[in-house]
Amino acid sequence: MIPAAFGYSRPASLDEAFRILREHGDTAKILAGGQSLLPLLKLRVAHTEHLVDIGRLRELAFIREEAGGGITIGSLTTYREVLDSPLAAARAPLLVEAVQDIGDVQVRNRGTVGGSLAHADPASDLPAVALALDAQIVAISGRGERLINITDYFTGSFETVLQHHELLASIRFPALPQGAGTAYRILPQPASGYSIIGCAAVIARSGGKISYARVALTGASDVAYRATAVEDGLVGTDGSAKAIAAAAAHATSNRMVTSDIHADRQYRAQMAQVFARRTVEAALARSA
Amino acid sequence: MATAAIGSAIKRKEDPRFITGTGNYLDDIRLPGTVHAAVLRSPYAHATIRSIDTSAAAAMPGVLGVFTGRDLEGELNPLPCAWAAGGNAGGIQNNLNTPRVLATDDVKWTGEGVAVVVAETREQAVDALEAIDVDYGPLPTVVDAEKATQPGAPQLHENAPNNICFTWRVGDEKATASALKGSHVVVKQRLVNQRLIPNPMDTRGAIGRYDPGTEEYTIWMTSQTPHIMRLLLAAFVMGVPEQKIRVIAPDVGGAFGTKIFLYADMALVLWLSRKLGGRPVKFYETRRENYQATTHGRDHITYLEVGATKDGEVTGLRVKTYANLGGRLSTIGPGIPTTLYGRVLAGCYKIPNVYCEVTGVYTNTTFVDAYRGAGRPEATYVLERAMDLVADELKLDPAEVRRRNFIPADAFPYRPPDGLLRSWNGAEIEVDSGNYEPALDLALKNVGYADIGAARELAERRGKYLGVGLSSYLEVCGVAPSKWIGLVGEGWGAAMWESANIRVHLTGRAVLTIGTSSHGQGHETTMAQVVADALGLSVDDVLVKHSDTQGTPFGYGTYGSRSAAVGSIAALKAAEKIVAKGKRLAAHMLEAAPEDIEFESGKFFVKGSPDRSKTIHEVALAAHVGYDLPEGMEPYLDETAYYDTPNCTFPFGTHVAVVEVDKETGQVDLVRYVAVDDVGKKINPLIVDGQLHGGIAQGVGQALWEGAIYDDTGQLLSGSMMDYALPRASWLPELELDETVTPSPVNPLGIKGVGEAGTIASTPAVVNAVIDALSPLGIRHVDMPLTAQTVWRAMQAAGKEASA
Amino acid sequence: MTEQVAVVVNGIPRTADVEPRRLLVQLLREDFALTGTHVGCDTSQCGACTVLVDGRAVKSCSMLAVQADGSAITTIEGLAPDGGLHPLQQAFWDKHGLQCGYCTPGMIMTAADLLSTNDDPSDAEIRHALEGNFCRCTGYQNIVTAIREAAATMRHPAQVQASAETAR
Repeated sequence: MIPAAFGYSRPASLDEAFRILREHGDTAKILAGGQSLLPLLKLRVAHTEHLVDIGRLRELAFIREEAGGGITIGSLTTYREVLDSPLAAARAPLLVEAVQDIGDVQVRNRGTVGGSLAHADPASDLPAVALALDAQIVAISGRGERLINITDYFTGSFETVLQHHELLASIRFPALPQGAGTAYRILPQPASGYSIIGCAAVIARSGGKISYARVALTGASDVAYRATAVEDGLVGTDGSAKAIAAAAAHATSNRMVTSDIHADRQYRAQMAQVFARRTVEAALARSA
Repeated sequence: MATAAIGSAIKRKEDPRFITGTGNYLDDIRLPGTVHAAVLRSPYAHATIRSIDTSAAAAMPGVLGVFTGRDLEGELNPLPCAWAAGGNAGGIQNNLNTPRVLATDDVKWTGEGVAVVVAETREQAVDALEAIDVDYGPLPTVVDAEKATQPGAPQLHENAPNNICFTWRVGDEKATASALKGSHVVVKQRLVNQRLIPNPMDTRGAIGRYDPGTEEYTIWMTSQTPHIMRLLLAAFVMGVPEQKIRVIAPDVGGAFGTKIFLYADMALVLWLSRKLGGRPVKFYETRRENYQATTHGRDHITYLEVGATKDGEVTGLRVKTYANLGGRLSTIGPGIPTTLYGRVLAGCYKIPNVYCEVTGVYTNTTFVDAYRGAGRPEATYVLERAMDLVADELKLDPAEVRRRNFIPADAFPYRPPDGLLRSWNGAEIEVDSGNYEPALDLALKNVGYADIGAARELAERRGKYLGVGLSSYLEVCGVAPSKWIGLVGEGWGAAMWESANIRVHLTGRAVLTIGTSSHGQGHETTMAQVVADALGLSVDDVLVKHSDTQGTPFGYGTYGSRSAAVGSIAALKAAEKIVAKGKRLAAHMLEAAPEDIEFESGKFFVKGSPDRSKTIHEVALAAHVGYDLPEGMEPYLDETAYYDTPNCTFPFGTHVAVVEVDKETGQVDLVRYVAVDDVGKKINPLIVDGQLHGGIAQGVGQALWEGAIYDDTGQLLSGSMMDYALPRASWLPELELDETVTPSPVNPLGIKGVGEAGTIASTPAVVNAVIDALSPLGIRHVDMPLTAQTVWRAMQAAGKEASA
Repeated sequence: MTEQVAVVVNGIPRTADVEPRRLLVQLLREDFALTGTHVGCDTSQCGACTVLVDGRAVKSCSMLAVQADGSAITTIEGLAPDGGLHPLQQAFWDKHGLQCGYCTPGMIMTAADLLSTNDDPSDAEIRHALEGNFCRCTGYQNIVTAIREAAATMRHPAQVQASAETAR
C-alpha cells in the first residue's frame, strides 16, 4: 500500500524536465497520470529512486487538427479529454471507441494517452489502436524532436525505444483512408479489465473489394503487434465472412502467445482469431 | 393504534453517519501516541525457519521494536481452535494444529506471519520489514486437499498422517448403499467447490492499548464477535483475567464470516502495547495481506452419488468430501464442512437415505473457515447439481424432479432421516415450517419458464446458447440451540444463546444493548423496530448499542444468520420483562390489581376501562424517581434477557437464473435472475431485500468469476484484486425478487432470517443455467468458476468427443 | 525530504508538508483527518477512495499528494456544503443504497461525477459508470436505484419536493 521512498521533481518547463532527466539518468521514472505506475510502486513491484512528475507541462495536453485531416494528441491528454473531444470523435473514432472502456471513470479522468504508450503494457489497449492507425510517436529531448513510426516503437513487454532523457511528447494520427471503417473489440480479463485479447481494425474498400486493412492485436503476446498476415489475407478479397475468417486465422502467426492464469496459450490464440474476425467484420460494416 | 414498526420498510438509522463520511471504522480511529505494527509474512508456503536477523530493521528510523515468534514464547499461547478441539466427542478423532501468533519453527502457507515491526509511522514499519533477514529451509508443498491425502504427499504436521485432521461421518452408510444399489439410476459426479476470498471492503485490523496503571487492556478490532474474542484472548492466548480486557468493534465494513475469528494480530497489538508501556498500537491489513492472511472460504472436492427411481424420486445420496482446512486451523474451521455441511445435505427434499463422509485436510494454503453461508452453500451446491443430474439422466424437467422430491407441506415440523439433524448427544432440531411448491411455482411463473423455448431460439440466432437453471434451497438460520450445537465435537464446546438489555430512561427513551454485532446488517434499525413495537415507543426513541464488551451483555455475535432469529428475540424478551414490571408499577399507580393491567401501544390500562391508564413514559418516570414504588420493587426499568432458541429456523425458496453463452468465446452473460424467497415474517423488508441482493451477487460471483488460485508451490496467484474478479455493477442484471410467507413457529415474531439465503441459493442456479445452456453439446457438468476460458474448454472437449 | 502541498479541500485552503510518496488519500485521512474517504485495496481496483479533484472523480489512492498540489478537492464530508444532505446522499439513504457503508463515500463521489455530465443516465450508463467501484454488500441494485433517484431529484427538485409532500 505504501511505496518505498523516492525523490521527486515537478518541472515547470520542458527544459527543466530535460535537465532533471539528464541528471538522474536511468534511476528516474516519469510520472504522467500515474494510473499504471503508482499501483506498481505501491505494491513495491516497481521501484524508482526519483520520480519526475511532468503533470504540469500543460503544453503537452492538447488535441490538434493537422493539415491533411490527421490529428495530433499531446501525451498528457487524459482519456477523459479524448472522450470529450468532438475532434477526436470525428478524426479518430477508433481511439475514442477503445478509450471509453479503458479502466474505469476514475482511471480515465487521470490516465493519459502518452502515459499508456510510454508504459507499454502488453495488455493495454492503446498500443493496438496506435498500430492500427499508423501513428507516429513524437519524442522530445534537449537535443530536439524525434519522430518514431509506431511499428518501430515497441520493443518488448513494458519496453519501447524511448531513451531515458526523452519524453513522449505527442502522438500523430494520420487521416484515415477515404471511407474507412474502424472498430475495437476486447475480451477483458475480468479482474483487471486489461485485455486477454484486444483487437483494433481499420478497413477500407473500393470496387467491392477490401483495399486497405490494418489489424493490430494487444494482449496476445509480449508486445502489441500488427497482424500483417491477417491484413495481407484481407486485401483484395470481397470481405465475405469466409474470406475474413480465413484471414483472421493468421492472427497469431509467428507470435509466441501469452499464457497466464486467466487464459492459456490455446485459448488466447483461438480468441485472437475470433476477435480479429469480429473486429474486422465490425470495421468493414462501418466502412463506406 | 400506531403503525407497527415491525414489517415496515423503515430507512436505516445508521445511515446518516455513513453517507456523510462520519462513520468510525477501525483505520479511522486516531488515538494520541499511536504507533504502527507491520507483519513480515512468509514468501514460502512450506519451510523451516532456520534463523531470523532483525538487527538491521531494528536500527531503522522510527523503529521501536522488532519481534519474532521466539520473543513471544512463554508470553502468548498459540491461537485456539474452538470447534472439535482435539477431543473425540461424537466420534471425531481430530488433531489440532493452530497458528502461533508468530511462527517459530516452520511456516505452512505464504503469508503466515514470522516477525513484527512496530514503528512511529506506518511507512517506517513497512520500510523496516524489508530489512529483516529470514533464512528459510524450503520444504515440498501440497495445496490440493485430495492430493494431500495420497501416499507420498508432502506432510505438514507430524501428528496428522496423510495430512488428515479428521474424518467425520453422518447418516446411515449401509442403508444408503443398499438404496443406491436398488435404484433405477445412479448418477455419479466429482464436484469442485472452489476456494474463495471473502473480500469485505474493509480489511481486518486491530488497535491495542494497555493501561499500565490499571493493568487493563482495550482493543478495537474489526470483529463480528467481540465477546468471544475477549474470551479467547483472555482465557486461551494471553492468560489475562477476562474482565481486564475490553473489546470494541467500531463500525465494521463488512465481514462475511472472516471477522468471526481470532487472528494473531489481535494478540500482537495488545502485547506490543504493554511492551511499549501503553502506547496504542495499530495494525491494519493491506488488501494483499487480507488475501494471504485472512481466512478463505469453501474449497471442497466432492464425490457425489445420487440414486433415483425412473420417475425421478431420489432414493439415496452418498457424498464423500475432501475439505481443505489450510496449513493450520482457524477458530472454527473444522465446524464448517461438518455440522454446517453434512447435516443439511438433504435440503428441502425428503431424501430417505443420506450418507456423508468428510475428510478435513491440511494443505500449504491460507486457513479456511466460514464464508457467507458456511457449509450450507457447499451442501446446496451438491444437492442442486444432483437434482439436475438426475433430471438429465432421466430426461425429466428439472423443475418436476424438484417438485417430486420436496418435503410435503403437511410434513412440518420435519425431521430428516438417518438422524441428519441429530447431534451426537441426541439433541435434534427439525425443519420448522415450509411450503416449497408455491415458491417454485411462483419463480417459474415469474421467469416465464413455460415459454423459455422462444428465448432459446432468439439467442440461438445471435450465436448464443441460452440456459435456465433452478435452485431450490433450504437455509438454516438462527444458529443455534445450545443443547444442539454446544457439545464439544459437534460445535463450539460452548453455548449459542443471545442477549439483550433494555433501559427505559426517565424521559421514556430507551437504550437497547445487544450481544450481537452489526457490520452492515442494520441492527441499529431492526432491533429498534422490535423493541419499539414491544414498548409502544417510536423507533427513533430506541437507541441500539452493540459491539463493546463493556456495556453490552455477553453475546455470541453475528454469523449464521442468527441476529434476527435469536438476537432480536432476546431483545423482545427483555422488552417483555420491561412490560411485566411496568404492569406491576402501573397497577400500583392506578390502584388496580396487576393482573388487571393490560399493555398496548405504549399504554398501561385497566382491563375494561382504557381511560384509567398510564403511558410508558409516565411509568418510566415513576420507576426512575422511585419514591412511590410497590413494596419490594427496585427502581428503574432495566431488564436483561438471555434467549436460547429452541430450534433453528429454515428459510427456503427457488431461484432461477437465465444465462447466455457465447458459442465462440465461452463468455457467460447472466441475463435474468428471478428469486422467490420465503423468510417467514420480516422485520424490515427493505433490509431483507438488501441482504438478498448482496447475497445473490456473492453467489453469482462464485459461479462465474471468483476463485483463489494457488500454484503447486503454494504461491497465491490470485493475490490481488487485479487477479481475483469480484462482481461489478455492469455484470449483474436487475434482480427480480418475489416472496411467499410461511411464518416460523419457533419464535413469537414468526421470522426466519435471511443473512445467507441469497448466497446459498444463487451459485447452483447460475451453474445449472450454464450447464443447461451447454446441454446440447452433451455437457453434464463443469467446475466453477465458469469463466469464458473454462466454458470454452468444456465446449471444445465436448466437440472433440462428439466428433470422435 | 518533504514537499509542501497546498490544496483547497471542501472549500477550505489547507497545506501540509509531505513525503513525495504520500498518497492523496493519506493526506486527506491522516493529515487532514477527513476519514470519510476509505481505502479498500492497493491496486486501484475498488474505488472506495474516490474523491473529486477539480470536479472529476479520482481514486485518491492512485494519486500522490504532491500531484494534487494546487487542486480543489471535494470529499464526502464536503459534498453538501450547507451541512445538509446532497441529493445523492439522500437517495442512498432513502433507497437503502448501502449496508456496511464502507464503499459508500466512493460510490457517491463517482456518481456525482456521472451526474455532473449526464443528468438522466440510464441504468446501463449508471452501471458502466460504477465499474471502478466495488460493493460487496448490496449487489449494486439499490445503489443503481439511488443514483437514478438522485438524478431525478436534481433534474426536477421542486417537482420531487411536491410529490413527496403529497405522499406525506
